[in-house]
Amino acid sequence: MKVLVAVKRVVDYNVKVRVKADNSGVDLANVKMSMNPFCEIAVEEAVRLKEKGVATEIVVVSVGPSTAQEQLRTALALGADRAILVESAEDLTSLAVAKLLKAVVDKEQPQLVILGKQAIDSDNNQTGQMLAALSGYGQGTFASKVEISGDSVAVTREIDGGAQTVSLKLPAIVTTDLRLNEPRYASLPNIMKAKKKPLEVLTPDALGVSTASTNKTLKVEAPAARSAGIKVKSVAELVEKLKNEAKVL
Amino acid sequence: MTILVIAEHDNKVVAPATLNTVAAAAKIGGDIHVLVAGQGVGALAEAAVKIAGVSKVLVADNAAYAHQLPENVAPLVAALAQEAGATGYSHILAAATSNGKNILPRVAAALDVDQISEIISVESTDTFKRPIYAGNAIATVQSNAAVKVITVRATGFDPVAAEGGSASVEAVAAAHDAGTSSFVGEELAKSDRPELTAAKIVVSGGRGMQNGDNFKHLYALADKLGAAVGASRAAVDAGFVPNDMQVGQTGKIVAPQLYIAVGISGAIQHLAGMKDSKVIVAINKDEEAPIFQVADYGLVGDLFDLVPELAQTL
Repeated sequence: MKVLVAVKRVVDYNVKVRVKADNSGVDLANVKMSMNPFCEIAVEEAVRLKEKGVATEIVVVSVGPSTAQEQLRTALALGADRAILVESAEDLTSLAVAKLLKAVVDKEQPQLVILGKQAIDSDNNQTGQMLAALSGYGQGTFASKVEISGDSVAVTREIDGGAQTVSLKLPAIVTTDLRLNEPRYASLPNIMKAKKKPLEVLTPDALGVSTASTNKTLKVEAPAARSAGIKVKSVAELVEKLKNEAKVL
Repeated sequence: MTILVIAEHDNKVVAPATLNTVAAAAKIGGDIHVLVAGQGVGALAEAAVKIAGVSKVLVADNAAYAHQLPENVAPLVAALAQEAGATGYSHILAAATSNGKNILPRVAAALDVDQISEIISVESTDTFKRPIYAGNAIATVQSNAAVKVITVRATGFDPVAAEGGSASVEAVAAAHDAGTSSFVGEELAKSDRPELTAAKIVVSGGRGMQNGDNFKHLYALADKLGAAVGASRAAVDAGFVPNDMQVGQTGKIVAPQLYIAVGISGAIQHLAGMKDSKVIVAINKDEEAPIFQVADYGLVGDLFDLVPELAQTL
């Protein structure tokens, strides 16, 4: 079966971002960019499905600027067969991305679509669910285990009190949680081979999708800074401070 | 304006996060309706009518809604929003719990509107603040959608009273069954301690705990304090404790009165889950650990000496 994996280019998770002085956003100029960590897990899961003989083809798709080709090449080096970039220089909302992905799903007809549960830049946690709604497919969000049997997939999900397992009819949408797997690293020979794998570039216009949004970001600010704390010397001093100064005990 | 709040529940009790969500709805202003969707939810509806500020409780009691599968519940919510028409819902709110996050984007897409996730404050009826980049920036977002679909970060709003309200009850007959998904089973972690996201005091352990057995020191301290016990991702990944104890960007967001971080270095992703705590205490042997930059009180030393000593002193 064919598996479609969506990946996003985001600021690297180790970077401490800074808010721009004019409050228009965060400063991403000359900042290290990477594949969103949850998307890496999605790619890994698809590759493992292929290694098990369940998946026959892995198509990786990204919606974003032309530089997102780097992240698509990374996914190809990890084991994806071919890539699609829906190129858009704008900052798109989750709904717009879901609509573009729906157009790609219609075109490619995958049996399984795997996304990360959230991107670490917008922290939205929406796109997979929205894609599931638009395509009418079942959704297995926050997946920690994915098992395909026949025409259905059993997804174990991380929920607030523990874990829940649901069964979805294929085709279905799965979004990955951190514990689904441990992503592998791309080897140098595979990085070289990935350069020769096909990468198709599309545009929202070519897909006939409007990316208009009902949301507008008015400003972006730095969070209120915590006032500097103090180091105490002993447990007794700590308890005294918590009781008499902070009054939380 | 009428606001629909989707009740968070486990088929037994209405979750506290619902009260925080109703508080956010009250800040927006207008009539507040609460939807209780599930199977055999009569007792839940009786509890929901008492929530302060709620004028109507909609009860969708149907086998299709047992376990609140999003494929079935989302069309129900979207239909309620559309049926109501011009006089209908201006806002649909749910708590940013695993259930709320699962269902609400599906509702937003069905209504063809963008969602606003995890708001921490209400600026006006259409403008909200929410954290982005793991809480390292706060965005002010305005929605011009006819129906504003929003998830609410519970720790951003003080809960309304669970008693004192007197809402009317209305049964919803509609049964949406998409037939694309089914519930197989669930495994819930058992705990006698307070719920992590609602606890007034949280004691968390990280990689410095070294193994799962050592968490007994934290449990002993937590029991003295009536606290919940959390963990960093490192502790969860190392298998010390189950993943529903994880505090952070990808785990639970907590904002207790007192957060005690033990053997936690303080990575950005962990701070995203706890830096709105009123008072933060860090116990770590590495005095350069980033956690000390956000801690109100830091104690440098071996946690295996300090934690038992602290538990004894209390």
